[in-house]
Amino acid sequence: MKRLMSGNAALGEAAVLAGCTCYFGYPITPQNELTEYMAKRVPEAGGVFIQSESEIAAINMVLGASVAGARAMTSSSSPGMSLKQEGISYLAADELPAVVVDMVRGGPGMGNISPAQSDYFQATRGGGHGDYKTIVLAPGSVQELTEIVPLAFDLADKYRNPVIILGDGMLGQMMEPVSFDNIKPPKEYPKDYILTGAKGRPSRMVRSLLFDTKEEEEHNWKLFRKYQRMEQNEVRYDTFLLDDAEMVVIAYGIGARIAKGAIKRLRQENLKVGMIRPITLWPFPAKIIKEAAQNGAEFFVFEMSAGQMVEDVKLALEGKGRIHFYGRPGGVIPTPIELFRVISRHYYQSRRGKK
Amino acid sequence: MKQVYERPRSLKPAHFHYCPGCGHGIIGRLIAEVIDEMDLREKAICVAPAGCGMLVYNYFDIDTLESAHGRGAAVATGIKRVRPGNLVFSYQGDGDLAAIGTAEGFHAANRGEPITIIFVNNGVYGMTGGQMAPTTLSEQVTTTTPSGRNTVTAGHPVRICEVFAVLDGTAYLERVAVNKPAAIVKAKKAITKAFKVQLNGKGFSLVEILSPCPTNWKMSPIESCRWIDDVMAKQFPLGVVKDAT
Repeated sequence: MKRLMSGNAALGEAAVLAGCTCYFGYPITPQNELTEYMAKRVPEAGGVFIQSESEIAAINMVLGASVAGARAMTSSSSPGMSLKQEGISYLAADELPAVVVDMVRGGPGMGNISPAQSDYFQATRGGGHGDYKTIVLAPGSVQELTEIVPLAFDLADKYRNPVIILGDGMLGQMMEPVSFDNIKPPKEYPKDYILTGAKGRPSRMVRSLLFDTKEEEEHNWKLFRKYQRMEQNEVRYDTFLLDDAEMVVIAYGIGARIAKGAIKRLRQENLKVGMIRPITLWPFPAKIIKEAAQNGAEFFVFEMSAGQMVEDVKLALEGKGRIHFYGRPGGVIPTPIELFRVISRHYYQSRRGKK
Repeated sequence: MKQVYERPRSLKPAHFHYCPGCGHGIIGRLIAEVIDEMDLREKAICVAPAGCGMLVYNYFDIDTLESAHGRGAAVATGIKRVRPGNLVFSYQGDGDLAAIGTAEGFHAANRGEPITIIFVNNGVYGMTGGQMAPTTLSEQVTTTTPSGRNTVTAGHPVRICEVFAVLDGTAYLERVAVNKPAAIVKAKKAITKAFKVQLNGKGFSLVEILSPCPTNWKMSPIESCRWIDDVMAKQFPLGVVKDAT
């Protein structure tokens, strides 16, 4: 059965169905519907909801709930995400699972409350201090959001690492028909690290302070090997009309949704344009992009920012392949027509160049 | 031969790293004794701070977590909400609770979270080398108040118990010291009471402990213990500040 829900509310429902028993959050637009949904839904399901005094407190409550063995989540938007970075770094260092949602808005600073994709670097480069990574999932529709939430919790438990869901104000606020039928009850993961009181076992300590530099280095390499396993196993992407594409659009989240509309129009005019849509922004789907370059395609990177993912595309291509970039930062939402015009201009220019 | 004194079961056979004359060792032992006596070793979860108290997890033989600086009360909240049957306490210094973590402590107290904060007040930042703490006394010399704390530019010593006392969520707040045997006995009683308040579901409890820091006070251990009575306790009066149980 399908229900008409906002992305924020659907995210909350999916989290509860995926076994999230603890939610901690601090109000910030454009993700308040999620906090409000959880305020009602989580206690109904027998879980814990706290409106915390700050984003800092919320992420640390998540850390406490996680180390106590619960599936815990917090959510925020860009300025609030900056405050959460300290806690995310500790979660990664302590190897504790958690799901953190960022419904990105225009920035920097206070910015505005319009949809943007300008937190890409913060999300994909760790975001806080130290040598760590988080898996970053970028859904492009409300339905996909509900599918990504259980995945996020599973990946967090599987790797004992924080997972970021990177949405934006539009994805959070827009309403779409959505089904939760495919969400299964959570799998069991080994919880031999959680704190329950040292009953019938040696006492445990969870910490990230390692004075001995050799020990700290080994801890860093251990984390690094874990991130390598993520890179090998967890890359996710979607393609659209890629096979014969001479121009490959690379866009994610709501940006990809807009680009898809543009591509449909371009195809109507027989322009061979396709798309690679990264679903995991980290680990980044570099291999498929490289393969597309080997087939002679050019790339058109679109982001609702001044250009952040475009750097990962450049890294993926290792200097090979031609990249065009179009960005709309500051919370501006371009239309498919606008993208249609820009892409077709680049398409014809490069076709002329080839002749 | 009858054994009259031994290491509490809740302490690991480890050597404290604390400086000579420091109060942390006494406080750690008191907590371990209380946990043993209340038979809570298998129920206790300690949230350690950043600062000199950080390494309590090397000494307590109970489940422990190291929190980010100041976030102990928020982390303890998360643990306690998931595991209401456990004894959950944070061990925090004056920088941790009265400066960087004031918001987390204040709001946990205001929500009446059934957790306990063991608040070690020695009036300085110990681990980082003796800088001014929020609890540093007026005119007290530290490395960042080389001419003595000027309250006009550096503010006044913060009385956490009195601040928290006005919050309806707080159940039990007491200030004690560990500078002489009689005071240590009282401190142990206060910790016992605070844990009982938590376990009986009465709400938030906090024990503030005036603790000597001879290294950073530039005094001998004996002078430090005297200074607590003669000077520090004037600003931070000892006794039960609030008992709403």
